[in-house]
Amino acid sequence: MPQPLTIAGRTFSSRLLLGTGKFSSNETMRDALAASGCEIVTVALRRADLSGKKDPFANILDFIDPEKYLLLPNTSGAMNADEAVRLARLAASAGLPKWVKLEIHPDPHYLLPDPIETLAAAEILVKEGFTVLPYTNADPVLARRLQDVGTATVMPLGSPIGSNRGLETRAQIEIIIKQATVPVIVDAGIGAPSHAAEALEMGADAVLVNTAIAAAEDPVRMARAFKATVEAAREAREAGLPIQLDHAAATSPLAAFLKSA
Amino acid sequence: MPQPLRADHLMGFSKKFDNSLRQKSPLLRAFEALLEPMDDASLQSLAARSTATTRRHFGRTMRLFAPLYLSNECINSCTYCGFSRENAIQRVTLEIDQVEKEARHLVAEGFRNILLVAGEHPKFVSGPYLEMCLERLRPIVPSLSIEVAPMEAPEYKPLVQAGSEGLVVYQETYHRDTYARMHLAGPKKDFDWRLDCPDRGHEAGFRRIGIGALFGLTDWKFEALALAAHLEYLQRVCWKSQLTVSLPRLRPCAGEFEPENPLPDREFIQLLCALRVTFPAVGIVLSTREPAALRDLIAPLGITMMSAGSHTEPGGYTGQGKEALHLTVRGKIQPGTGGESATEQFSISDDRDARTVEGVLQKLGLDPVWKDWDAEILSASR
Repeated sequence: MPQPLTIAGRTFSSRLLLGTGKFSSNETMRDALAASGCEIVTVALRRADLSGKKDPFANILDFIDPEKYLLLPNTSGAMNADEAVRLARLAASAGLPKWVKLEIHPDPHYLLPDPIETLAAAEILVKEGFTVLPYTNADPVLARRLQDVGTATVMPLGSPIGSNRGLETRAQIEIIIKQATVPVIVDAGIGAPSHAAEALEMGADAVLVNTAIAAAEDPVRMARAFKATVEAAREAREAGLPIQLDHAAATSPLAAFLKSA
Repeated sequence: MPQPLRADHLMGFSKKFDNSLRQKSPLLRAFEALLEPMDDASLQSLAARSTATTRRHFGRTMRLFAPLYLSNECINSCTYCGFSRENAIQRVTLEIDQVEKEARHLVAEGFRNILLVAGEHPKFVSGPYLEMCLERLRPIVPSLSIEVAPMEAPEYKPLVQAGSEGLVVYQETYHRDTYARMHLAGPKKDFDWRLDCPDRGHEAGFRRIGIGALFGLTDWKFEALALAAHLEYLQRVCWKSQLTVSLPRLRPCAGEFEPENPLPDREFIQLLCALRVTFPAVGIVLSTREPAALRDLIAPLGITMMSAGSHTEPGGYTGQGKEALHLTVRGKIQPGTGGESATEQFSISDDRDARTVEGVLQKLGLDPVWKDWDAEILSASR
């Protein structure tokens, strides 16, 4: 059995987290979530109704069963620490879990996260008792600063949100994985199951996927494909991937030596 | 005394505009190439690229909004506009209570994103009036934007504070000579003042900035290139604002203006796709000016935001403001001339209601997104 993923003392058997934007309907999203086997689902708070008025025109939360999934509110839309903190508090007071995917991107074009505001918000939210999963650029020093203030994970990006370009930040993510004392979840840019496999094989603890599934021709089948790949890649990681060499090696080098002697 | 040095980019687009068309950037040159006449196969392939790019950035979704006209009073004389001061039309400015009634109607229809629109009239549509409208609507409408006469950044700030998240201002035409011919009198005559409006809006803190050109006034390719140059500039300088672009084509209106340079359907579609592949993250807005069949055809190609069931006259949704209607002739109110309803800015073409449009989008495999913003986010900055 693969080892479970543990975040802030809570264990999960799936290492695939899903985002809920960009789906063609709430029904398709619900079916894709089910097919993915994921246990953590992130939702943009700005799309949900936080007033408690049960707005039928903002009912995305009705399609995510809180018994089945840990709902991870995200602060997308916030441009600075104050706004992110306010959104997280609002979600908590609306009865959502006190977990937050901290996402602060002032630049709406590449949606790249603001490291300064993210660190500031993380510090405040951790002190207020939130379990904080911060979305960041793949910056190893920032990752350490975040884990030092008590975030539950670090979530470096592979490439910009929605770009489907895979692990363009691979070298930096490798350093983050080496240095991490908390789970590393690769978030953003994962455009194909092979990208997710690459992240898990290199030692990331989990991946978060949205566009690749939501914008696929058949989101439910794509969700299934990601599930299978993520499980296989984790299995491979735990099974002990062979070390890569830059030269050929006989299967049993000693035997060859003995034969020649 | 020498002037203090200012960073080049803080001067506003008007200082860069003419040169940006003389010395085109690589991005603009690539965009220009996409506007060349193309055969059916090339256009289809461009449309496929455009669709794929849209799905990648915006997913299978369509944001919906509705315009709410506050006033059709106007002191500008613009040859193509139904609200022009020259036109003898039924005019009114809604009272705050009436604005709320119109908004509540739209909210009941599902709209969570409302664009407040008004002509230019400092007396009727003042800053404090707009502020009051916004303050009144903020508790019931999650996302509010304004499309009103250009202001200075310090005048915009109270409107941002009052809850306006977006600013829409179309240059109408980027062709200086055409602009001068179309804008005969009023503050709108000042081309550069209008051109720098998005810069001032960004400075004031608007989160979304919408620009556009009114197609039909001058050569469409010139207009398209200028619009692209403006977008390229704004992406660099106004980096904290989500940009949207709109390509309204002239519609029949009071004053009976005939477009001199119509943009045909085929080229309209080509332009839409060219903009999308050149500016993958810029929102593209489509209004009810276009007929239903064309709207349904191009919705999946690159459009990210649509209006539905729109009225372009104040009080159009619920008949508010009837009692105060008055006919004006060249800016003079004619006594005792109230009519049945205010005159619209232009006649819309797709008159399907919100439910019908919602159903069509779902059939096209697009999720109609009503709420994509929460006003509470902004409260933190107050």
